[in-house]
Amino acid sequence: MNQSLWIAKTGLDAQQTRMSVVSNNLANVNTTGFKKGRAVFEDLMYQNVRQAGGQTSQDTELPSGMMLGTGVRVVATEKLFTQGNILQNGNALDTAIQGRGFFQVQLPDGTTSYTRDGSFKRNDQGELVTASGYLLQPGITIPDAAQSITVGSDGTVSVQLAGQATPVQVGTLQLVDFINPAGLQPRGENQYLETAASGSPQPGTPGLNGLGTVIQGALEGSNVNVVEELVNMIETQRAYEMNSKAISTSDQMMQYVNNNL
Amino acid sequence: MDDLVYVAMTGAKQTELAQSVNSHNLANASTTGFRADLHAFSALPIEGFGEPTRVNAVAENYGTDFTRGATMSTGRDLDVAVKGDGFIAVQAPDGGEAYTRAGDLRVNSVGVMTNGAGHPVIGNGGPVAVPPHASITVGADGTISIQPLGQGPETLATVDRIKLVRPDHEQLEKGADGLIRLKDDSVAPADAGVRLTSGALESSNVNVAETLVNMIDLARRYELQVKMMSTASEDADTAAQLLGMSG
Repeated sequence: MNQSLWIAKTGLDAQQTRMSVVSNNLANVNTTGFKKGRAVFEDLMYQNVRQAGGQTSQDTELPSGMMLGTGVRVVATEKLFTQGNILQNGNALDTAIQGRGFFQVQLPDGTTSYTRDGSFKRNDQGELVTASGYLLQPGITIPDAAQSITVGSDGTVSVQLAGQATPVQVGTLQLVDFINPAGLQPRGENQYLETAASGSPQPGTPGLNGLGTVIQGALEGSNVNVVEELVNMIETQRAYEMNSKAISTSDQMMQYVNNNL
Repeated sequence: MDDLVYVAMTGAKQTELAQSVNSHNLANASTTGFRADLHAFSALPIEGFGEPTRVNAVAENYGTDFTRGATMSTGRDLDVAVKGDGFIAVQAPDGGEAYTRAGDLRVNSVGVMTNGAGHPVIGNGGPVAVPPHASITVGADGTISIQPLGQGPETLATVDRIKLVRPDHEQLEKGADGLIRLKDDSVAPADAGVRLTSGALESSNVNVAETLVNMIDLARRYELQVKMMSTASEDADTAAQLLGMSG
């Protein structure tokens, strides 16, 4: 059948995927620790209809051939791990990472996931958990009698107990780093999973070995740039329209054949 | 049957091929660093008995459009766009060297720098390997410098330099995988004059307005060929009718 119909269809598909990525970015413009995504396009393979340089006679050859491209595809939807804005809110258990690194979280099935969302809460045991109720790793328990909680820039968590003059250290926030954070697999709930492409997690103390520091009383906002996403959306919409125009033109060509022959 | 119908049929078929090339360009209107394919028709006279009245049209793409696309600022450290003419050298899946304008670079889990399509970027000697780093910068001449993990900003280390080339456009052709190569399969020498802009990507160079006009033009040309076919059919009908009456 008409090939250009299918080529234009790959264009529609790819723009549709890009639109989903843009919508997801826009929907998460206020999500703590969210990292924007980007659709990476690649042209599909070419079909050699007529080889350039083929012999047209004993002494002459085709000066140019016919290479037919077959469209476009989305080869990846990658995450861009640029720093989001640090939003101060004064909440003692809200922590933001300034620089590289992720907090480790234990999932209900025992595996570990990674997040930059540091809006921690206390559960009924006094343990630090994420907004979804998953335990922070390594675990930190805040005693009942704690009057105030202090998180240092190196991740040291200390509490002031009632009737005591000196604060007591109850644990340390640990960060992990990856060689290729863009290779992490997003699993929702602001969390990422380790993959073969991300490399293995390298734990460390905040502020050392290139890891970021921890800021208490602040959260990292989403790194989505709304204006950029709206421009992306316009571009996607127009590209979509043009590809659908190509489909309707191909359709009209075939319709004309059907009507006239 | 009259020869006219075959000439018209070839015309319609070749127009359809050209329309495919055009649709491919349109489909890649937002592919980073994509270069549009150019198409044209050439005349192919049919030798044979009688007067040389029949000339077939054959669609061909006579090359790739190497004009520049727009530069879009993204702010990402590893996004680079080539300023002016020139290409980034990458390793093709077959192990050979190929060239591309798509500079959405990244470092994979084993520390190899690749572009968005996963082709390793070539440096001074083979694919670029980047050690663990706290930050990474690509300079205007392709020099990659990093701040190694665990060290301060005063210890910037130069890792490698991306191979940038600037062969004549006449020597270049696009392969079946969409990468640009030299026609004689040789390796282009590095050119120190090619410059990169970091934090930006180059868009596709497809001119959508021109492509849409082309699409309309090709569609009308196609209808013209089909019209010729139906005219041939009418001619044959009339001839059969006239001969039938006289016979």
